[in-house]
Amino acid sequence: MQWETVIGLEVHTQLKTDSKIFSGASTHYGAEPNTQACAVDVALPGVLPVMNRDAARMAVKFGLAIDADINRKSVFARKNYFYPDLPKGYQISQLELPIVGKGSLTIDIDGERKVIGITRAHLEEDAGKSLHEDFHGMTGIDLNRAGTPLVEIVSEPDMRSATEAVAYLKALHSLVTYLDICDGNMQEGSFRCDANVSVRPLGQEEFGTRAELKNINSFRFVEKAIEFEVERQIDLLESGGKVVQETRLYDSNKNQTRSMRSKEEANDYRYFPDPDLPPMELDEAFIESVRAELPELPEARRIRFTTDYGLSEYDAGVLTSTRELADYFEAAVGRLPEQPKQVANWVNGELAAHLNKDGIDISASPIDAQALAGLVARIADGSISGKIAKDVFEAMWSGEGSADDIIEARGLKQISDDSAIEPIIDEVLANNPTQIEQFKAGQTKLLGFFVGQVMKATQGKANPKQVNELLRQKLDG
Amino acid sequence: MSLDSRDVGKIAHLARIEISPDKVDEYAGNLSEILDLVEQMNEVDTSQVEAMAHPRDATLRLREDRVTESDMRERFLALSPASETGLFLVPKVIE
Repeated sequence: MQWETVIGLEVHTQLKTDSKIFSGASTHYGAEPNTQACAVDVALPGVLPVMNRDAARMAVKFGLAIDADINRKSVFARKNYFYPDLPKGYQISQLELPIVGKGSLTIDIDGERKVIGITRAHLEEDAGKSLHEDFHGMTGIDLNRAGTPLVEIVSEPDMRSATEAVAYLKALHSLVTYLDICDGNMQEGSFRCDANVSVRPLGQEEFGTRAELKNINSFRFVEKAIEFEVERQIDLLESGGKVVQETRLYDSNKNQTRSMRSKEEANDYRYFPDPDLPPMELDEAFIESVRAELPELPEARRIRFTTDYGLSEYDAGVLTSTRELADYFEAAVGRLPEQPKQVANWVNGELAAHLNKDGIDISASPIDAQALAGLVARIADGSISGKIAKDVFEAMWSGEGSADDIIEARGLKQISDDSAIEPIIDEVLANNPTQIEQFKAGQTKLLGFFVGQVMKATQGKANPKQVNELLRQKLDG
Repeated sequence: MSLDSRDVGKIAHLARIEISPDKVDEYAGNLSEILDLVEQMNEVDTSQVEAMAHPRDATLRLREDRVTESDMRERFLALSPASETGLFLVPKVIE
């Protein structure tokens, strides 16, 4: 039987506020355990939550960017469950009236556009962390993360493959980092994903029973987890079994999902409006002030990169995948407006490879946009060849100075003077009479051999185009 | 609407409340009475009334995003039954 995969994603994005959603404790990552957990966060009796304006601002910003309905009135509710890293016994979230209603996000699958519906996005607080290493058979609790503001973004079940799910996730990641509302750090848990996965016979209207895959913390694992889960469900159904609605945990070491707990009692959260928090009302002035802060969004920027700079769809897509990378590219092109394609090649090529190899972010690149433009300018004006430029780049990467400094210090300037190249050519020809004979006998491929010899004699510094021309003149003459 | 002893047991478990078995029937009776009252209220037609999220006619006050709290760890840890290396310790929980 032909099966169709149906995927919906729930993404938790940590908002980039300085303080928590309902308290004045810091949200800074990596502090000593429990040093950023105040009386509200540890839920001492008698404390009251007070809502952070910037958390609301960031959620609205997201809503506007996905062209969603912004609810002028939204309500906080208590989601009740017991777990030691949730000291109040409930999580403050939103249920019936979330801050952001229906919107959508466009994704790109091999050049084809697909619109993915977003059902809603709501504000909520994060829980603390449980540490299960052995503390004499006990569990350690760190409440620094408790109360960190989150926006949970819930998609429609609009995705039909793991590839689409990853494309959606990447588009969403790019969007929230562009909006500067989330740092997007997946290792630190700033951007976490749960996937609802089901399968149904192709053509069937009704959805199959779904499983929820929890906390998958990289794009690659999302893809693998979904692929594994789809296989598991199809095998189960084809062997006459039934899919159970449940939460499953992805184990990246074993590349499999396993059952975590039954979700049959899903309604046991006993949501009700939080009496400590009256409804949040946002006026037009607030919403318009947020709209005025919206930056150019990735989709618009990608299109502008193809039209303004004549870049390929692929290059424009890669360059606009993060705001930092796009800013870097534009800063470099600002210095060298006539060479956008060359700059794009260097950013997406050599620079990306080095960043990747050293595992660092563009913001930490030892070569800034201005310096890279300086290097590309020297290739453009013929001072150095593309091959030599890679060596110069390497030296710049290890902090030896600007392109000009390195070219000067190492004497790498390309030889573009005929009177300097000619004697070298003459010498090469004089040393290789046999090859000249063969060339004249019709083995024209040997031109490459001569060019190579000249380049070798000049340590790659001779202008290859000129060498070619001069050699032809001499050999044909 | 009436609750039986199994419902009471489930509610007690969800709320993490310990109740002695000889009280179960009494609680089932009490809770059923409350539900009957709700049932009675349900008979009123409220289709034209907007749902109320809060009894007071108030709106949420928003505060500036500023860090105003300092580290109180030692004082809070001192209130807990067990702690170690800056962590609260609780009976082992593994899902």
